[in-house]
Amino acid sequence: MMTRPQFPFSAIVGQDQMKTAIILTAIDPSLGGVLVFGDRGTGKSTAVRALAALLPPIKAVSGCPVNSESPDDVPAWAELTDKTVISRPTPVVDLPLGVTEDRVTGALDIERALTQGEKAFQPGLLAQANRGYLYIDEINLLEDHVVDLLLDVAQSGENVVEREGLSIRHPARFVLIGSGNPEEGELRPQLLDRFGISVEVRTPTDIDERVDVIQRRDAFERNPKAFLGKWRKADAALCDQILTARAHLGAVKTRKAILKDCAAVCLALGADGLRGELTLLRAGRALAAFGGQGSLERDHLRQVAPMALAHRLRRDPLDEAGSFVRVTRTVTEILG
Amino acid sequence: MDIDRSRMLWDQACIAVQVTAMDPVGLGGIKVTARAGPVRELWMQLLARLPMAHSRLHPNTSDEALFGGIDLSMIGAQAGVLPRRQGILDQSSTLILTMAERCPLDLAGRLALALDQGRGHCLIALEEQVEPDETVPSALCDRLASHIRLDDIPIDVARGMEHGVSANSSKDAVMLDDVSIEPAIEPINLLSMRLGIDSLRAPLLACRFARAHAVLCGRNEIEQRDLEIAAAIVLAPRAQQLPDAQQSADRAEEPPQQPPPEPDDPETSDAIPQEILTDAVRVALPDGILQPSEKAGGAGVGGGGARKSGNRKGRPLPARKGRPDGRSRIDVMATLRAAIPWQRLRRKPSGSRHRLALRGQDIHLKRFETCSDRLLVFVVDASGSQALARLGEAKGAVEILLSRAYASRDHAALVAFRGTSSEVLLPPTRSLVQTKKRLASLPGGGGTPLAAGLHQAGSLILQAQRQGLSPLLVLLTDGRANIALDGTAGRAQATADALDAARWLGRSKIESVILDTGIRAQPALSELARTMGGRLLTLPHAGASRISAGLEQVVRG
Repeated sequence: MMTRPQFPFSAIVGQDQMKTAIILTAIDPSLGGVLVFGDRGTGKSTAVRALAALLPPIKAVSGCPVNSESPDDVPAWAELTDKTVISRPTPVVDLPLGVTEDRVTGALDIERALTQGEKAFQPGLLAQANRGYLYIDEINLLEDHVVDLLLDVAQSGENVVEREGLSIRHPARFVLIGSGNPEEGELRPQLLDRFGISVEVRTPTDIDERVDVIQRRDAFERNPKAFLGKWRKADAALCDQILTARAHLGAVKTRKAILKDCAAVCLALGADGLRGELTLLRAGRALAAFGGQGSLERDHLRQVAPMALAHRLRRDPLDEAGSFVRVTRTVTEILG
Repeated sequence: MDIDRSRMLWDQACIAVQVTAMDPVGLGGIKVTARAGPVRELWMQLLARLPMAHSRLHPNTSDEALFGGIDLSMIGAQAGVLPRRQGILDQSSTLILTMAERCPLDLAGRLALALDQGRGHCLIALEEQVEPDETVPSALCDRLASHIRLDDIPIDVARGMEHGVSANSSKDAVMLDDVSIEPAIEPINLLSMRLGIDSLRAPLLACRFARAHAVLCGRNEIEQRDLEIAAAIVLAPRAQQLPDAQQSADRAEEPPQQPPPEPDDPETSDAIPQEILTDAVRVALPDGILQPSEKAGGAGVGGGGARKSGNRKGRPLPARKGRPDGRSRIDVMATLRAAIPWQRLRRKPSGSRHRLALRGQDIHLKRFETCSDRLLVFVVDASGSQALARLGEAKGAVEILLSRAYASRDHAALVAFRGTSSEVLLPPTRSLVQTKKRLASLPGGGGTPLAAGLHQAGSLILQAQRQGLSPLLVLLTDGRANIALDGTAGRAQATADALDAARWLGRSKIESVILDTGIRAQPALSELARTMGGRLLTLPHAGASRISAGLEQVVRG
């Protein structure tokens, strides 16, 4: 397949919430994925696909189907002979709509079974996405059985294939990124819960912003090389900032009062489970690290609370205002 | 439809092909709404002008055909080599998708991705629309620049006309890259905002369309005429609202059929008045297409989620012979079982040392039995004094049901009848967000055209059945019919019409429940229920939660 250059991340006009959310997971992958919900043609897919260029490269065994970090981790079924460790870009794998289970989990290698009569395993998308990102566009339209499968793997971090006489397990730790249009169908709450943070994107209503979007897109399509060159510096600076923030993340201090704030907000909103508090805390820390601040403050919580909590609320079908509004309101009440 | 308007539409249809031929990949393609017929045939002949090879797709095109796969017929022809076949998407080509309104979402997703990747594809989606809900999935629609309609063009108008503009024939043709879209960006953007078009793809495509039109006419600068045609072909069909609703009242007297302004208008491209573009759009819009109730139905939203027919994984069935198409799974055990008896025979002629000689005809596929999703069609009596309360309750019940839809796989639709007619307020959907948008304002009051409501609901249900849903009709009313099918008042005729409609529903084996929300039980309703073969529940003063709880009992048995 031909690879086209991707639109640079820094060149995306507006959509600050979405960009922040993506940067936060890049800083702390344990946040657990981003869900982007919004209208068509607002640059959701563009932002996610641009993410790959921002991420620092990983060290992996060359040719390993599950991107193992060290030669010892390479699974036996991969039948690799050359186990040199190379540096390669973080994998960002697209999971297309209507994908089969075989393609997701991996299956019997039909080619080898038919031509050589051998039983071999052909790894699927989950293997490819190990230690990277798995991007699902139109996630709300995904078939239920594929969703079940993803839920299970996202939870356990391991893909187990028991079919057609194969019995194979391999690590599958990835950050889920989903996007979709809520007008076309709702997402199952179980799947919603697997996402650390969620953002809503809207079409810009400012004429200048809209003009800007189209001008940049046009410039990119006319001459991708020149356009990329123009934005390379900004992208590299952002990548550096992410790397610095990663290193800095462990040093971000959290006072007890802030922990109490987190709990108070989640209690007031009635968010299910403790995952809300944890995500709020982690997202706040990542934001503090991104800004180079030494400690987590209320201001950070205010910024990340809607992203971290809006999708965890019990849905009230008769409430007209969206969850994001509810979170913002509660946060203002509690944190002042 | 008068001749002038038909001529204009045909002219636009031809120009759309010519312009698309200038920049087939950048413009994505064309969506054509037309029933099969001589006009469409004539128009299809123009497609020969598109520069790339053509390949036809149908809504059930398999992944194997799209992306290529193993060529089963050639297996065994050459030992140890797996023969491969090329997929349609492997080469750049013009894809012609027939019956595009039946295109499933996963195929739409794949095609949209192929268009996004810019691997040199251009898609012509032929949509044979009967009901306004039958549209191409919006993921695909959004990426195709030109949207044209051929339905209302008489064949003699199409035959008697030149096909499109006379292209620039001079040798030093202008290159696409030489023309800047800069002057188009601002006016097109302003216009698309005034038309209520959310997607940013629309203005981008419109700008490209204007550029390609300029190049087609041999100019190296975008002029007003280019913008007008882009507004008419790209933006107008996507419009969600009339430009400047407050101004449109005093403009309504103007005949909307006037032809677009003459191309030799002396205006320069730097200062294109919005008014002229707005007029171009207004002319391109068919009369009355933007009634507020239809706003969300036409161009953008589409019923994406509801289209999904219930073919999920289910109970396994015995395997059956077939070809792997990338979606179904091969049943290895059944395949081997089919191949084993032939092993000795197959080994002899080739003398191969293979452990197993498989042929294409051995392949067995796994099959699953699936259960389909349920669709609850609420038919709500919006007449009389209780109208607002009852509608509010129905709306609440729909929303409560949908908030649980992920678990129960329910879809919901809402039909309201009042005054002299009925209307579909909410087409089948699973989306709570869309429901809230649609149901924000509900009209009420007037007579009780029960028959009209039942007819509307019946046709909606039959359409849903074709899409693989199992529908249930839920009628909420407290009174007797008093408006006949033809809109005249009169109890006797109205009751007869309603019973006729009920008989039709009963014959069509449509499951139904009647909720009597009146204070006193109505004997007429129990007769109606008998005729429809449905159940009658009496729920006076029922609130939203009681309605949904009562239904839950009926549905789950």
